[in-house]
Amino acid sequence: MSLLRDISPKVRNIRQSELEALRRQACQMKQGVKNLFKDVIDVSWGDPHSAGIKPLSFVRQVLASCFYPQLTNSEKLPVDVRQRAQRLLGACDGGSVGSYTPTGGIAQIQQSISKFISQRDGGVPSFPENIFITSGAQRSLVLFFKMLVNSEGSPKTGVLMPMPSYSIVTMALESLGAAIVPCYLNEEQGWELQVCELHRALQSAKGVCKPIVLYVINPGNPSGYVQSRKSMREVIQFAAEEKLVLMADEVYQDTVFGEGTEFVSYKRVLAEMGPPLSETVELASFHSASKGFMGECGLRGGYVELVNLDPTVMKYVYTLFSTDTCAPVTGQIALDLMVNPPQPGDPSYAVFNKETQSIRAILVHNAKRLLEVLNSLPGFNCQPVNGGLFAFPRLHLPPGALQKAKEVGMPPDIFYCNRLLEEAGLCVSPGCAHGQREGTHYIRICIMTSPDTMEEVLRRLTTFHVKFMNDFS
Amino acid sequence: MTSLQQMNPRVRGIRASPYDTLQSLAAHITDQISQAAQKAFKDVVDVSSGDPHKAGVKPISFVRQVLAVCLYPELLHDENLPLDVKLRAQKLLEACDGGSVGSYSASSGLLQVQHSVAEFISRRDAGVPSFFQNIFISSGSQRALMVIMKLLVSGEGKTQTGVLTPLPCPRTVPMLLDEAGARLVPYQLREDRGWAVDLEELQLAVETARRSCHPRALYISNPGNPTGHLQDRNSIEEVIKFAAAEGLFLLVNEVYQDSVYGQSSEFCSYKKVLFEMARKFSETVELASFHSLSNGIMGECGLRAGYMELVNMDPAVMRFAETMLCTDISTPVIGQLALELMVSPPKPGDASYDTYTQEVLYRQVTLAQNAQRAWEFLNGLPGMSCQPAMGGIYVYPRLNIPPGMVTQAKIFRMEADVLYCQMLLEEEGVCVGAGCENGQEDGNYHLRLCVLVPPATLEEVLAHLSSFHLGLLDRYSHPDRGVKDIDLGETSTRF
Repeated sequence: MSLLRDISPKVRNIRQSELEALRRQACQMKQGVKNLFKDVIDVSWGDPHSAGIKPLSFVRQVLASCFYPQLTNSEKLPVDVRQRAQRLLGACDGGSVGSYTPTGGIAQIQQSISKFISQRDGGVPSFPENIFITSGAQRSLVLFFKMLVNSEGSPKTGVLMPMPSYSIVTMALESLGAAIVPCYLNEEQGWELQVCELHRALQSAKGVCKPIVLYVINPGNPSGYVQSRKSMREVIQFAAEEKLVLMADEVYQDTVFGEGTEFVSYKRVLAEMGPPLSETVELASFHSASKGFMGECGLRGGYVELVNLDPTVMKYVYTLFSTDTCAPVTGQIALDLMVNPPQPGDPSYAVFNKETQSIRAILVHNAKRLLEVLNSLPGFNCQPVNGGLFAFPRLHLPPGALQKAKEVGMPPDIFYCNRLLEEAGLCVSPGCAHGQREGTHYIRICIMTSPDTMEEVLRRLTTFHVKFMNDFS
Repeated sequence: MTSLQQMNPRVRGIRASPYDTLQSLAAHITDQISQAAQKAFKDVVDVSSGDPHKAGVKPISFVRQVLAVCLYPELLHDENLPLDVKLRAQKLLEACDGGSVGSYSASSGLLQVQHSVAEFISRRDAGVPSFFQNIFISSGSQRALMVIMKLLVSGEGKTQTGVLTPLPCPRTVPMLLDEAGARLVPYQLREDRGWAVDLEELQLAVETARRSCHPRALYISNPGNPTGHLQDRNSIEEVIKFAAAEGLFLLVNEVYQDSVYGQSSEFCSYKKVLFEMARKFSETVELASFHSLSNGIMGECGLRAGYMELVNMDPAVMRFAETMLCTDISTPVIGQLALELMVSPPKPGDASYDTYTQEVLYRQVTLAQNAQRAWEFLNGLPGMSCQPAMGGIYVYPRLNIPPGMVTQAKIFRMEADVLYCQMLLEEEGVCVGAGCENGQEDGNYHLRLCVLVPPATLEEVLAHLSSFHLGLLDRYSHPDRGVKDIDLGETSTRF
């Protein structure tokens, strides 16, 4: 394999993510030379802890006790922490987080999750055996895609995907050999997903690929859009009519903060639509411990709930998921704590509530500040951010910048982001990593950072942007 | 509704595993017991796979203390924790973005961990250089193997990539090759020589393979899983020379390198042997070596972390490995930190050194004693014969199944050793692995027992197994009863 031509052609054709390249540079800069700024700020990714958000105390206390059970005897830890750790350890084989677990996850945790889902959805039943815990929601997304995408098929399996999207999902689909059918979100309507666009997209796929999946993400990434019930009903109706499997990425369901907005799950809306739809539309719904208030990306905990899947297909789901052996126990425990947090009256509740409310307030504040600042700058325009962790402002680049980018052979938003990184030590994600309409340019900024970091981000971005626009007009 | 027909055919093709069937049965029986069903035993004892903590082996204290502090840094103020634990936790937290194990890490792993692993490898191999850029951290060693498979595998029919795979091999390997789209090309290990690697068998395998596929890689585990065989220098050199001559990429599973106990046995890494050979080998043979937390000493299977070191691989090709890891399962940061602790344990003079050393020694001695005990015991049973294990965590006895039972198994449409295991589970509550999961010739049956368990558990397992086995022979009145005579005849391969 010392000759590149010996690598499987499928692999050679995978494009390197533009974002990865930028982040690698940011990483190198962090470790290497310090220029005009004393550190590099990376808000290109949704990684709350690396941006200064603190982990939740209850979560970390329980995890530490699970790892080192001697702590469950320590009076320094609240009683509910110790009890939860003991209960979770009792559910682990051999009482250790180092044992393997069953494929779908620790049974007790699958049960906690299904109870949470049912309560969240006003009593709609949820069954533990339909829940698979995996290493982050990413993994269950990829596995579910893998189940449906025929890599060697002709025509290619098509997946309807709202654009803009995020690069991990699109790259995974590309490496599986799927055809992505873009459905452009309506920017002027706050990045709304409109059914007419779904119809247009499906039409465009005729003769090109064989669409079987409709992927939606609510709240959005990078868009910050939170869907209305009405919109969700239309999407479900569309999926039913066109016989598409509906994949609902709902990992940002806990961070909804726009005024008058509210998260409701696809499962709940589906149930409310009643039979026959509620009994036939195939739905996979994803959630994760990496987002929300926990932000525990490094623990790798996520799950998928499967609804209305044929029992024989479920058998193969199990076989496929079992090839991963099991999800990391740290992630499984994190999920239990996420779906079953301290309740009013519990010893840890006061601190837990304070910490989560504070994070929520930070999000609201950061979103507001960002919109204020960017919308007042010429060349920037940002839609409201009602949920999720990101803002996705549009860049109106002057012709001089477009020209220069062409000369150096870079897409204009990458050119902008590279300059921003080199001159201001600020790493944001370029819009082209998210799929955008031809001729439009964006950047994605994570708003889940400490308020001080956000101020610094906005300061650096403003200074850089004003100079950039001047230099190239 | 999505029917089977609409599913990805590659997924439909993943072979069903007898292991899963037995595991379901074990779970079912455990369920019945918890509902007060009457059984001859009070719980199921599962020694079919390597899950030391599940079996009752305790985690290493130093490891768990450091990880607890990393999870909850307030513990840095806890006076009950040793100083070296706190210092190490601090150092590891500094290596994490934002000082938290909850941040994402780079796809090939935390830099600090890559460095520690490279240093460990170099120390282990008496100074042979190891570079952190060639170390790729993954969520368990299987994921790293999958990444390499994706780089290697292409083609269909006669151009399909073939991987020479030992018979027997780790039970998860055939499914992994299925999933990757590779053809498993079996090469027989020599049971009569303690499961040694045989050059003639390798030659035969590659020549047969060339007629129907495109062999590109050779997989081997050393210490052997499940055989317990430990290769000596000569054997390793032979394999390397063979791989070089046939243009094969070496995939070397060295996960049990810490669990070596045979008399005058010593683990020697493929990389070390390679670097001591002539330049035409040491500078050209491409090799991937795998290690993992899910091994004999650490036993931290649930933390899901491992790594591979890539040797003599074109840097341009290695960049693709990194790209693949980007879209693969991310390794939990806690698992990565545990890897660091595995490769960089307490040193003499450190506060935790004595406890650490005692705990590791206890595990190694227990394992050695268990392996010896199991081998002696099983060899003493009529109709069973066992090669001595020199390393790893399994014993893999050969089983002479009464012809009547073989017939019965055919009627039930199952492998005879699976039937044996099923009956053992139902009657005695003991779950062992069936040899067909690891690959064996037709008519040659084996069992797989993990011996990294508390000694009392092993005794219990052996007692139940003996009772069941003798009872079975009685039932089928096999001529073997009272006579030890194992026939290693020529039979066709299973895969």
